[in-house]
Amino acid sequence: MTPSRFSIEPPDASSQPASQPAAAAVESAPATPPPPPVPGSDADTLLRAQNGDHHAFAQLYSLHKRRIYSLCLRMVGNVAEAEDLTQEAFLQLHRKIATFRGDSAFSTWLHRLAINVVLMHLRKKGLSLISLDEAMEPTPEEGPGRSFGAPDLSLAGSIDRLALERAISDLPAGYRLIFVLHDIEGYEHNEIAAMLDCSIGNSKSQLHKARLKLRDAMRTFPRREGRR
Amino acid sequence: MTDDLKNMTCEEFQAQMPELISTGADASEHPHVQNCDLCRALLADLETIAEAARQMFPVVDPPDHLWKQIESAIQEEDSAAEKR
Repeated sequence: MTPSRFSIEPPDASSQPASQPAAAAVESAPATPPPPPVPGSDADTLLRAQNGDHHAFAQLYSLHKRRIYSLCLRMVGNVAEAEDLTQEAFLQLHRKIATFRGDSAFSTWLHRLAINVVLMHLRKKGLSLISLDEAMEPTPEEGPGRSFGAPDLSLAGSIDRLALERAISDLPAGYRLIFVLHDIEGYEHNEIAAMLDCSIGNSKSQLHKARLKLRDAMRTFPRREGRR
Repeated sequence: MTDDLKNMTCEEFQAQMPELISTGADASEHPHVQNCDLCRALLADLETIAEAARQMFPVVDPPDHLWKQIESAIQEEDSAAEKR
């Protein structure tokens, strides 16, 4: 029997979540100052941007824009909002870049900064993160019993990717947030709980509900569109 | 104990699912799942969804005009800071 596919493998190095800092090498470095970065390297670009070099900051934008924009797009599911949030994330980066001390990889630090920007935005929009802390007891509408379905309606291992993308986009903001952070971005429940200021149990519970909602949506879309 | 797990209802099992899945354990080995077609199908579907989601969402470029906007906003902030 194969192990559960729910075991999350960490994403590639360029998308490591904050729990896997690259700080160890920095912290264990000898007291002597590190050698200056190789001219033209990413570290050199970062250092120059920290010293106020506008061209270096533009280079940083080029290096990280795709990942930050894509993150925002996944989290809010709306192109216009994702553009605004990407802009805000890079503005905040410009304000705060001098405070980056290398305690984690820069890409991890920026990723976390962007997530915080999105969270602030969602809070302003009225997404109550308190709602993420709802009682663990399922409501009649969302309870386990609702998951019951005839086996012949199961997804049978096949997924219509467009339908899934749409279903994720249609998730309520709180569910989408946790689903994206955990299942797509690879954050662990303890990290999500810290970010959202909710309990680990509720992070797990909300993720589960999000997946159930997606399953319901995936079973409905094809039939509604007459493709099944 | 195993009998208890085997005899649990679907409601009881599904109430435990979030915790069970999050441990990384193979939920399909749970005694209830081994004897319940509905919960086995549910579990398989949730795994399929999670796996598919992990593989989708290609990284996409923001529109070209976005950097111009950011650049303008930075310049505005810098000018405002200089005036202070």
